[in-house]
This record gives sequence, C-alpha cells and structure tokens, in this order.
Amino acid sequence: MATLELALDEEILAQPVKRGRRLGPLFWAAIGWMVLVFAVAIFADFLPLPSSTDMDMLERRAPFSAAHWLGTDGLGRDELARLIYGARISLIVGLCAPVIGLTIGGALGMLSGYFRGRFETLVVGSMDVLLAFPPLILVLAVIAFVGQSIFNLTLILGVLSVPASMRVARAATLTLSRREFVIAAQALGASHARILLRELLPNVMLPLFAFFLLGVAVIIVVEGALSFLGLGVPPPTSSWGSMIGEGRESLDIAPRLAFLPATAMFLTVLSFNLVGDALRALTDPRQGAL
Amino acid sequence: MTDRVLLSIENVAVDLPTPRGNLRAVDRVDLKVGAGRTLGIVGESGCGKTMLSRAILQLLPKKAKLSGRVMFDGQDLVSLDPEKLRKLRGRSLAVVFQDPMTSLNPVLTIGTQLIETLQEHLELDANSAKKRSVELLAAVGIPAPEQRLTQYPHQLSGGMRQRVAIAIALSCEPKLLIADEPTTALDVTIQAQILDLLAREQRRRHMAMILITHDLGVVAGRTDEVAVMYAGRVVERAPTPALFKKMRMPYTEALLAAIPKIDAAPHTLLPAISGRPPDPTRPIKGCSFSPRCRYAAGQCHTEKPPLAAAESPAHQYACFHPIEIAAGVPA
Amino acid sequence: MQQISSADPLLKVDNLVVEYPVGARTVHAVSGVSLEIARGETLGLVGESGCGKPTLGRAVLQLRKPVSGQVVFDGHDLTAMQGDTLRKMRRRVQLIFQDPIASLNPRRRIGDIIAEPLVISGVKDPEKRKRLVCDALTAVGLDPELVIGRLPHEFSGGQCQRICIARALVLNPDFIICDEPVSALDVSIRAQILNLLEEMKGRYGLTLLFIAHDLAVVKAVSDRVAVMYLGRLCEVGPSEQLFARPAHPYTALLIEAIPMPDPDVRPAESVAVGEPPSPIAPPSGCRFRTRCPRADQQCVTEMPELRRVATGQFAACHHPLI
Repeated sequence: MATLELALDEEILAQPVKRGRRLGPLFWAAIGWMVLVFAVAIFADFLPLPSSTDMDMLERRAPFSAAHWLGTDGLGRDELARLIYGARISLIVGLCAPVIGLTIGGALGMLSGYFRGRFETLVVGSMDVLLAFPPLILVLAVIAFVGQSIFNLTLILGVLSVPASMRVARAATLTLSRREFVIAAQALGASHARILLRELLPNVMLPLFAFFLLGVAVIIVVEGALSFLGLGVPPPTSSWGSMIGEGRESLDIAPRLAFLPATAMFLTVLSFNLVGDALRALTDPRQGAL
Repeated sequence: MTDRVLLSIENVAVDLPTPRGNLRAVDRVDLKVGAGRTLGIVGESGCGKTMLSRAILQLLPKKAKLSGRVMFDGQDLVSLDPEKLRKLRGRSLAVVFQDPMTSLNPVLTIGTQLIETLQEHLELDANSAKKRSVELLAAVGIPAPEQRLTQYPHQLSGGMRQRVAIAIALSCEPKLLIADEPTTALDVTIQAQILDLLAREQRRRHMAMILITHDLGVVAGRTDEVAVMYAGRVVERAPTPALFKKMRMPYTEALLAAIPKIDAAPHTLLPAISGRPPDPTRPIKGCSFSPRCRYAAGQCHTEKPPLAAAESPAHQYACFHPIEIAAGVPA
Repeated sequence: MQQISSADPLLKVDNLVVEYPVGARTVHAVSGVSLEIARGETLGLVGESGCGKPTLGRAVLQLRKPVSGQVVFDGHDLTAMQGDTLRKMRRRVQLIFQDPIASLNPRRRIGDIIAEPLVISGVKDPEKRKRLVCDALTAVGLDPELVIGRLPHEFSGGQCQRICIARALVLNPDFIICDEPVSALDVSIRAQILNLLEEMKGRYGLTLLFIAHDLAVVKAVSDRVAVMYLGRLCEVGPSEQLFARPAHPYTALLIEAIPMPDPDVRPAESVAVGEPPSPIAPPSGCRFRTRCPRADQQCVTEMPELRRVATGQFAACHHPLI
C-alpha cells in the first residue's frame, strides 16, 4: 500500500520563518551612530555650519563656545565643521575602496574557483605578487607618481583590497562548486554564466559582504593613518586622520583637537564591525532539517 | 543464567532548550543491561537514541537538563563526583562512535592515541603500553600492527579506523561498551566484519554491550534484547526473538515492513509509513505515533500509552491497540 | 556483446574508462565498463565505496569527461558532443543525488529551483512555467501552495528529496540516474521515496539507472542488476536470478553480508576477508582476487571479461559459481 504525504503538516504552515536572534541595544546604538554619520556627511552642505576652511587667527584653539560648538583647531577653523567634512572623506574612501576590491577581487575569485586550471594559477599567482609588496611603500610610490588626491587614494586602496577579496570569494566558490546543487545545475544543462550568477553568486555574496564591512573599517583606519602621515588626502580638505596629525602639536594645550577626530573614527569603525557581525548572523540561512 | 544488572537507566529524561522551545529529547526511559548481555536500541533520526547514549555517559551538551538515575555497577553516574566519573569513562565504560574520522584525533598518530589511553587508565609505562597497543591492534584484525602505530587516521580506510576506535575502546577492558551506530558509515561487507569483531570481543571479555542503530537487520542476529525508541520514548522492549516474532507495537511492525527484503520480488510496493517522525519541539498530545498509525483510534490521540507488559514481563510495549495477530517474521 | 534482448537500447555504454589525477597519482575510477539499458527498464548498479559507481553515473552525463569509450543515448553519441548540443541532450537525462538538502541551492526558493530547468530550456511564459512546477510538485505528493515560496532548509530530508525528484521530472525526461537517492534518509521515509520513484516511473514512462550500495533496496526497484567492484563490472543479470544464484564470488559475498532482520538467521562468521584495495593501485588481473577464496594464478595474470553464465546473466570471473 503506497502512501504519500499529500500535504505538509500544519506545523510548517503555522510557523513563519523566524530569525532566532535578538538585536540588542548595542546593535541599535551602532546603527544610530552610522545613520548620524551618514546623514551629516551627506547633508553637510545644508547644515548651518561655519565654514571648515575659514581660518580665524584670533580664535586659534578656542574652547567650546556658542559660535564654535567644538571649538577651533590650530588654525582657527571650526572643529565641528571639519569633523563633519572629515566624515565625508572617511566614508567616501572607506566605502569606495572596498567596493572596488570586492567587485574585481570577487569576480576574479569566483572565476578562478570555478574554472580552476591555468586561469586559477595565474590569478592566484598575481595576487600573491601583489600581496608581497609592502602596502604602505606601494601607496607612497604610487602617490608620489600620480599625485595626491581622493580619487587616487581610493583607487590605490581599492587595488590593495583586491587580493583579500579574491581569496574569500575563491574559498567560498571552491567549497560551493563541490556541492550537489551546482552539479545538479550542470546536469540540467545550465551554461557557466548561469551557474556563476544564479547558483554561486547568491551564496558567495554572504561571506563577501561580511568581509566587505570589515574592509570598510580597515580602510577608514588606513586612510586615517595615511592622512596622519600627510600622505593621504591633500589639504585643505580635512580628514579625520590629518586632523589627528595636526592635533599632535597641540596635545599639551588642547588635547581635544586630537581626541575628537580619534573618537569619531573609533566609534564609526566600531559601529561598522558591530553591524557587520549582526547582519552576518541574521542572514545566515540555517542548514538542516527539522 | 541470572546476570546481575550492570547498567540501570531509571526514569531518565533529557531536556534541551532551543530557540524554538523546550526539546524533550529523551522522555522518561527505563532500561536495564545485564553483564555480558547485548541490548539493541533501534530508532530513526530524532528518536533520542543518541541523546540517551550521551546521557549514560554524562556527556550531554552544557545546556541540557538531565533528570533520573543512571546506575552503573552500583553507582549513580548522575550524581557522581566528576573526577570519579572521568576515571570511569574509558576504563569501565567505553564508547565507539559512528564516524571514526571525527572520533579519532586527526593530528595524533594511532599509537599516541592508544598509548595515551592505556597510560591514563592502566598506568602502564611507555614500553608495556606500546606492547599492549600492538596486541590490541592485532586482536581487532589490523594487519601489520607495529607499522600502524606511527600512522595517522587519514592514512587508514574507514573500516580500519573503526577497528582502531574499537581497539581504543576495548583497551582498558571495559565492563560496558556503547556502540553508537558503529557501522552506519561503512560498506556492508566491512559492516559484517566489524559486527563480528564486536560480538567476538564481547564473548571473550564477558562484556555488556549497547548497540545503537537504525537498522533492524543489524540487531536481529546480534542482540539479546531490543528496545525500540520513538520520539524520545521506548515504545517496545523485548528479547530479540520475541520482538521479531511477536511484536505488538504498530511502529515496530511498520518499521520492519518498510525495509526492502532481499527475498521479495522486485517492484513490490513497500508498505511505507505515511508522514514523518515528529518534531521534538512540538510534543504531540496522546501517543506520538498516532498521526501515522493505521490502528489509531480515539484514546490514542488524547492519552500517552504507558509502557506495560502483557503476557511476559520481559516484553513491554506502549500501545492501546497492540497487534493481536503476530506480525513480522513467520515462525 | 548484447546484454539485453532489445535491439534498440536507450542507453549504451561502451568500454568507458574514467580516470582522474589526485596529486601525482591517478585514480582508476572506471576501467572499461560496458552496459546497456533498455527503454522502460530499471538497471540497478551496486557496489561498495571505491567501486566507481557514482563516477560512472556522472560520466554517462559527461559531467566527468571519460578518458576513452563511448556513451550512446538514443542513438546520439554523447562522448562526441560539446557545448550547446550536449547541454540540450542533458535535458533528457536527469540526475538525483544522495544528499537531498545539499542538492538544493540554500538561497533560492523552491519555486525558482524547480522552474530552473524550464528557464534553461527556454520556456519563456511564466504562467506556463508555474503550471508545470505545480504539476510536478503535486505529482510527488507536495502541496504547491505551501512549498513554492519557501527555502530548502525549512524542509526535512525526505521532503527535499521529493523536491529534487520534482525538479528532475519537470522537463519530462526519458532517463533518470538516481545516485544513492535514499541512503541519507530514514528507514520509514526510504520506503516512501522508493514507492514514489516506482510510481513516477510508471506514470512518466521513465528509464532508470539506480545506483546504491544497499542490495535489498536495489533489488526492490530494479529489473536487472549490475555489480561493480573497483571500476569493473563483476556481474550483470536479472534481479531475481542474480540474487537467487549469483555467479560471481563478490556478488555472493555481498548477499551474504546483508544483515537479515530475522533473529533465527544467525550471521555466519563472515567469509569477507580484508578490505577493498585502493582504486589508485588496483590489483593486476582480476581486481577481486585479493579477497576471493577461489583465486588462483590465472586470476593474477588475466583480467576476466564478462561472459554469459546463464540466460541473461553475465559474470567476469574465471571460476564462476555457476
């Protein structure tokens, strides 16, 4: 007597797919900070701020006041305005460079992990060569050659992010290509392009995205470090890193000039990490049966 | 022959908190194993047999809550001092798991793993331990045992690894061996060899054994008593011949019927059991098997049938409508 | 040599050899296998690990390129095909795998997964696709409304296997290769899926190649059975006949090793000796000779070919049992 299940149990119907995680207050605080930073960076031009470049030599290193909420820096420029415009720089470089790395590195990684063979050897080899260069020196050399600008900086940092993204994508693709659903797609007669885009990409996106958020945090700090050394964004554009660098001279008189941008950077990087972690945990499709 | 009771599981229940609610993995189980006897525990995935074996060994996950008693050789393992318990495990109480690749440490040589166990429990010096290891490997049928001592688990085949795991388990002359699906991952010819090996060693050492499996064929010829588990409870328990010839619980009958028989003609439709094993986080009111049981009637859906004995005290089952006519293997 | 009486087999495999490198060495997965499958027949392929049966299944579909040999499907030589023509051919042959949950893309909805074959083969109308998907799901005993929008991890192993079968059926193929379709499932679910396969076979007029290591399961669904050992075929014959009177010692060994759910049958001390050798370095001559109680000098030097030992039954052995 052959019997077949004719319908799923009501259990399946009654239970909507619920994510078990609770998003704690820390997560929401991080989101809050990120939203704030993004908002002020985007709408900086519309905010009633004093100019970030106007120097007021009489009001150098002025403490907090009504006219200058966070005081002024060593050249009399409004600190708050500089912080806000600095956020812009950090976010632009911090977001765009990893995106470049992700797109190029991700594509290379997926293709080399899927097709293997000589292409893979070529890609992995070139990435190894790129990784072997001491990154700071490479940045110095390139910038000395092409000149300092936000665009150049973003580009070079983006290129430096490519090998790491390539590795993550390749590792994920290697594991996934062995799983039966990829073989099933091949057995169905799907073209390589279809398999890469429809089957592999949605699954590789996940680890790549988690890596991306980590990359943002890292690049913000790297940009900050370069600007601190005077090699990043050229003046008069303010960047948190260059502000910290400038604040160095005033550490005994007005330590806030170094600490304010440092705190801003710290909170932003922390927020990205927290949100990244939580998002990764949330979007992880749970494996296994009931 | 009266065997003294070596292991007595009394009213053991295991609860696991999960994001979806409390999971009753094991629901008030009573079992006894006599010295030198083999108990087979049969059930499908999710029935609680693995959790039960962990409960005996007191190796449950941290969040699990255990209630009841596990009396081993006169001592209650649940309330035993952790240090004493550790000494007991490996020495008097041994385990063989399903997947030898994960139960053996992949970065240590076979020799190291064997010798370590011997030195820890029997306090032998290095040389005696080494000699004993070679003897053990030979006893479990591994060719060229001296060479194996320096090999790593991944250099051996699945069957060989399982033999090594058995050698480690037997190394300290345990009184009770728990074999949790020891052959499920192995080929059928190797399976036969491993089961023969276990039976042989058991007879030689007069050791008690619990054989946990989902395969009724495995328990048929190799156990003295069988307990069938479903949804965390023991639903039928009987001496092996009685279970196969005079089964009373419909689940046991259905399980046996669903196995393709080697002597049946091809293309005979199998009497499949409809539905699936229940979700342990959603306990069913009444008998857990009632949604799938073809004999289920009113009382089955509201009350849980108790495990009770009918004719002979050794044969217990939990069913309100046990099978009257003997189903199963014709006498 | 003709294994079946039909003059027009649906699938004909001729001396297929599949090897692949592992590090510096070569795995001889399939070493010269020839078989035929008639239309509407179920051929069971049985063997233990290392015998090469999953590789054979994939090689038939050209998912693994064979080193030599031919695969002729319905008169078309698959081994000589490439690219688009091969892909179009593949739509008539489908594959069902052992691990049903891993066979489904965890990030796609069931409806999309089952519609995928239709999209690939160019069914452009979404309404038509939806209809075909619903038909396939109903055929395998699942309610389309409840299933289409969900993700694979919400289902049990048995249900996922039904979904895989639905995906395999949606294009109305002629031939399905089942690679250990029930090994990963519970006993009670196994029977359901086997029954389902039988029913689908009847309804859609399918031809099946059923690969498994469980003899009883293979016997239950197959018309004929082929036994493989270390890349070579040992024996081929009708199911009942093969199990009642096996000709090859390995077949006899397999049958004997099956645990019988009958307490009166005391398992004899197994005659099984030793372990299967590695497919990287198979023994010379007959590959089974290292474990065979009947092996002699001839078995070391000469590789046995499949020879007729009874009506419809062929064995590759110098000293067959019948």
